[in-house]
Amino acid sequence: MIKTKSVSIKDLKRMSANMRKNAIQIGYAAGNNGAHFGPGLSIIEIMATLYGGILKFESKDSLWPGRDKFILSKGHGSLGYYTALAEVGIISDDDLRTFEIDGGFLSGQPSRNLEKGIEFSGGSLGMGLSLGVGVSLAHRLKEQLNKVFVLMGDGECNEGSVWEAAMSASHYSLENLIAIVDANGLQSDGRCANVIDMENMSQKWESFGFHVLKVDGHNESDLLAAFKDAVNHSGSPSVLIAKTVKGKGVSFMEGNPSWHHGILNEDLYSEAMKELL
Amino acid sequence: MTVTLSKSLLKTHRARMWSKLGQRGTFGTVMLDIGDALEKVVVLTGDLANTSGLDRFSVKYPSRFYNIGIAEQNMVGVAAGMASEGLIPFASTFATFASMRSLEQARVHMGYMKLNVKLVGLASGFAMGQFGNTHYAIEDISIFRAIPNITVLSPADTYEVAKCVEAAALHEGPVYLRLTGVMNNPIVYSEDYPFEIGKAIELKSGSDVSIIATGSMVEPSLRAAEMLNEHSISAGVLNIHTLKPIDKNAVIQATKNALVVTVEEHNIIGGLGSAVSECLSEVGSSSRQLFIGVADRFIAAGNYPYLLQQNGLTATQIAGSILKAMEK
Repeated sequence: MIKTKSVSIKDLKRMSANMRKNAIQIGYAAGNNGAHFGPGLSIIEIMATLYGGILKFESKDSLWPGRDKFILSKGHGSLGYYTALAEVGIISDDDLRTFEIDGGFLSGQPSRNLEKGIEFSGGSLGMGLSLGVGVSLAHRLKEQLNKVFVLMGDGECNEGSVWEAAMSASHYSLENLIAIVDANGLQSDGRCANVIDMENMSQKWESFGFHVLKVDGHNESDLLAAFKDAVNHSGSPSVLIAKTVKGKGVSFMEGNPSWHHGILNEDLYSEAMKELL
Repeated sequence: MTVTLSKSLLKTHRARMWSKLGQRGTFGTVMLDIGDALEKVVVLTGDLANTSGLDRFSVKYPSRFYNIGIAEQNMVGVAAGMASEGLIPFASTFATFASMRSLEQARVHMGYMKLNVKLVGLASGFAMGQFGNTHYAIEDISIFRAIPNITVLSPADTYEVAKCVEAAALHEGPVYLRLTGVMNNPIVYSEDYPFEIGKAIELKSGSDVSIIATGSMVEPSLRAAEMLNEHSISAGVLNIHTLKPIDKNAVIQATKNALVVTVEEHNIIGGLGSAVSECLSEVGSSSRQLFIGVADRFIAAGNYPYLLQQNGLTATQIAGSILKAMEK
């Protein structure tokens, strides 16, 4: 049994709440650049649980060789990523306020920056799982026991390269690789089911040789249990199919495809913050 | 950072044997020496281990050899993940797939993130003969030259393949290695010589015309220069084994002659000719440039010598084109 961090669900919930508020604030501060609110808010609890309770890292030494690796394959989830990094002290609150400033390091989609805890650049979908397979194989060769986590979107799973990577992950029995699918059911053009139906997501991953865990992606307790199950699973890679709501926590954004990427004006910002207090 | 070699990683130097194997086979054979010398080196293939001579590496180092199957995008991604962990991955597939099927992965991982992946494009140009245009790569130099941070190598013969593989392994940064020609690869180098990424090699000096060639076209360019000599034309030959970063000084030196000729088994758009032309324009050279290469077209399939002939890439045709240009 691999020991994971001891963390209370209450702490994780507090973390999620903070992250959600920060996401709205920095997204609002980005002004007319806009931000990917919907896909950032859907992964808040996943990211809080990972960074708060699962991932091994040193917040003051982001290059610590013993760290686990996290790859945000759905780069448009950056609001959930950056706010998690700030929550655990890998980046500062001042850093967080530089989101989307010209020439800054917290770009709309992540740009590799190991000092700031960002392992890979992202944004072009369908590439993260392959990177995870490579990192995981390298860990095996170096006899390093660390875990590799890759967070993808359900729409992202339209990309064939995801399934190329999935084939290789199970071929090489990468038990250190844990994928997460943020199954918010929406993609840029609307409902996934209408764009390209990925509804039988679990069976797809199962048939590709993954240990599949279906989980409520907004419930820290369920997420923590599922992650622990995946971390201790042997013989094959795991995937969490996390059912989520796009734009979770802000009523006018929830389930609304037009908030995939959008601009918050002052009134809407106030309305959103009121809901999150 | 490029490490200056004090001692070669190559245990044996076998110009004749390598020549027989061709560039692909030499790559696979040389990887064994590189693997022996550098334990961080790993090899990936897209279901082409057999055809690229990597069998021996796979037998000797099974835990450092990864067959990713017919999934080139994944292969480049996996290689990049490994590179991020400090390994030195050599990932290989046919040049057409390396440069196009997995191009965006190469752009993001090798270009944007500068991950230390060595991507090897096998059988570039027309080496795939009767397989036809889906298997020819006449655009790969152009493609990789356009992506920031990627070093582009194109060895003149199998000896230079060995030198390039060694240099790529020691070079910290992403590399695209373009392999051309078929078995019984003509020999340009029969013994050891100094090789440095980014430093072109003048194989012959000439006072009338400067021939600048890369990859498989270096050897016929040398023969073309000999033929021109019979017409009392003094032709120099410069081997551009590194297309990016190109050796600007060496190219500018070549403009001392009024005619500069570029020869490549590649489309004339975006490849060596364009790279040389960029250097010439930058310094306001008055030299004229003759572009010898594939004339921006797909042609009917055939065997390798036939395809070279169809594209004007034999030594006799190169000499003929130069003579014609000099008459103008």
